[in-house]
Amino acid sequence: MSVLLEGAEGGFTPPSSADFEFAPIWGNSILATKPVLMVGLSVIIVATFFIISARKAAIVPSRIQFLGEGIYGFVRKSLGEEVIGPEFHRFMPFLFTVFTFILTNNWFGFIPFLQFPTMSHIGFPLSITIFTYLVYHYTAVKHQGFIPYMKHVLFMPGVPKPVYVILTPIEFATYFIVRPLTLTMRLFANMFAGHLLLLVFILGGEHLIMSGALLKVFGVGSFAMSIVLSFFEFGVQALQAYIFTLLTSLYIAGSVADEH
Amino acid sequence: MNSRYVVLAAEGHSPVIPQTAEIIVGLIAFSILFILLRKFAVPKFEAAYQARTEAIQGGMEKAEKAQREAEAALANYKAQLAEARGEAQKLRDEARAEGAAIIEQMRNTAQDEANRITASARAAIEAERQQALNSLTQEVGTIATNLASKIVGEALDDQARQSRVVERFLADLEAGKK
Repeated sequence: MSVLLEGAEGGFTPPSSADFEFAPIWGNSILATKPVLMVGLSVIIVATFFIISARKAAIVPSRIQFLGEGIYGFVRKSLGEEVIGPEFHRFMPFLFTVFTFILTNNWFGFIPFLQFPTMSHIGFPLSITIFTYLVYHYTAVKHQGFIPYMKHVLFMPGVPKPVYVILTPIEFATYFIVRPLTLTMRLFANMFAGHLLLLVFILGGEHLIMSGALLKVFGVGSFAMSIVLSFFEFGVQALQAYIFTLLTSLYIAGSVADEH
Repeated sequence: MNSRYVVLAAEGHSPVIPQTAEIIVGLIAFSILFILLRKFAVPKFEAAYQARTEAIQGGMEKAEKAQREAEAALANYKAQLAEARGEAQKLRDEARAEGAAIIEQMRNTAQDEANRITASARAAIEAERQQALNSLTQEVGTIATNLASKIVGEALDDQARQSRVVERFLADLEAGKK
C-alpha cells in the first residue's frame, strides 16, 4: 500500500512491458514463474476436462460429454472438415490440441486471480508455431515429395518465366518466414496489447481513485471501462485461438492439396 | 498487481524477444497435451461421433424399411380392392343379363299364351257361325215350306189377300225370329 501511495504522489507510471515480467514464485528458476506454471495448469485443465468428457463416449451424451463433444465437433467441422477436406481425420488431434491449448491460455487473461493471458509471452505462441510449421511442411513433403513441393512453392506453375524473378523470393518468404512470423506475432501481439489495455484502465483507475476527490469519479469510470473491455478481450481471446487454428488448418490444406 | 512492483528490473527484457526456457516449456506442454488428447480424447469423440452417425443411419434405414413395407401393404390392399370391385362388377353384369333373359322369356310365354287364346276364340267363333249357318239353312227350308203351304191353302184369288198373306207371313217371321 505504501508503495502505491508513493506512486500516486510521485505521478502516474503507465503500464509497460515490465508488467509482463514475473519473478519466480519460489527459488530462482524461470520454471517457477507465473506464466510457466499457468501453461502447466492449462495442460492439466484441458487434458482432464476432455478426457473426462470423452471417457464414456455414449450415444446419448451426459452434460459434460455434450460440452466436450460440442467443442470437439466445432473444431472437427469448421476447422477440420470444411477446410482440409476428406483427409482431415489424421490432423484432428493436432488441430484440436492447438485450439484448446491456445483458447485456455488466452482465457486465463479473463479468469479472476490468474488474469494473465499466457500467450502474451511470445515464447509460447512461438512454440506452437514451430509445431504448425513442422506439420505443414512435413505433410507437404510427404504428400507431394520434397522436390515437387519445392518446385511448387518456388516456381508456381502457369506463370510466365520472367515473373519468377519477383515471385520466387516472395513465395519462399511466404512459406518459410512470413507464415510462422505472422502466426506468432498475431497471437502474441493481440494478447499483449489486450492485457496492456486492461492494465491501463485498471492501474489508471487505481491511480485516479487514490488522487483528488473529483478524479475519483473518473477512476470509477475507468474501472467500469476495464470491465467492459474485459468482456471484449474475452471475445478477442477466443477469436485469436480460432484464427490461429484456422490458419494452421489452411496451411495443412495447402500441403494436402495437389494444386495451389 | 504485486508483480508490477516486483519487476526483474535487472533483465529489462523486450517482450518480442522470446525466452528460450518458455519456448521449451511451450513445446513440452503442447506435446504432453497433444499426446494425451490424441490417445484419450479424440478417438473417443470420433467413436461417439461414428456411433451416433450409425445410430441415426440405422434409424433412418429402419424407417425406410417400414415405409417400404407400408407401401407394399398399401399396394396389396389396392390390388385386393380392385379385384373385389371387378368381381362385384362382374356379378352385377351377370345378374343384369340373367334378369334380361328372364324378362325376355316371360314376354315370349305371355305372347304365346295370348296367341293361343286368340286362336281358340277365333275357332269358337267360327264354330258358332257354322252352327248358326246350319240351323239357319234348316229353318229357311222349313219357313219356305210353311210359306208355300200357306200360299197354296189360302187360294190366292185377289191381290189384297195375296199381300195380306205375305205381310202376315213376314210378321210371323219377325215374331218367330224373336
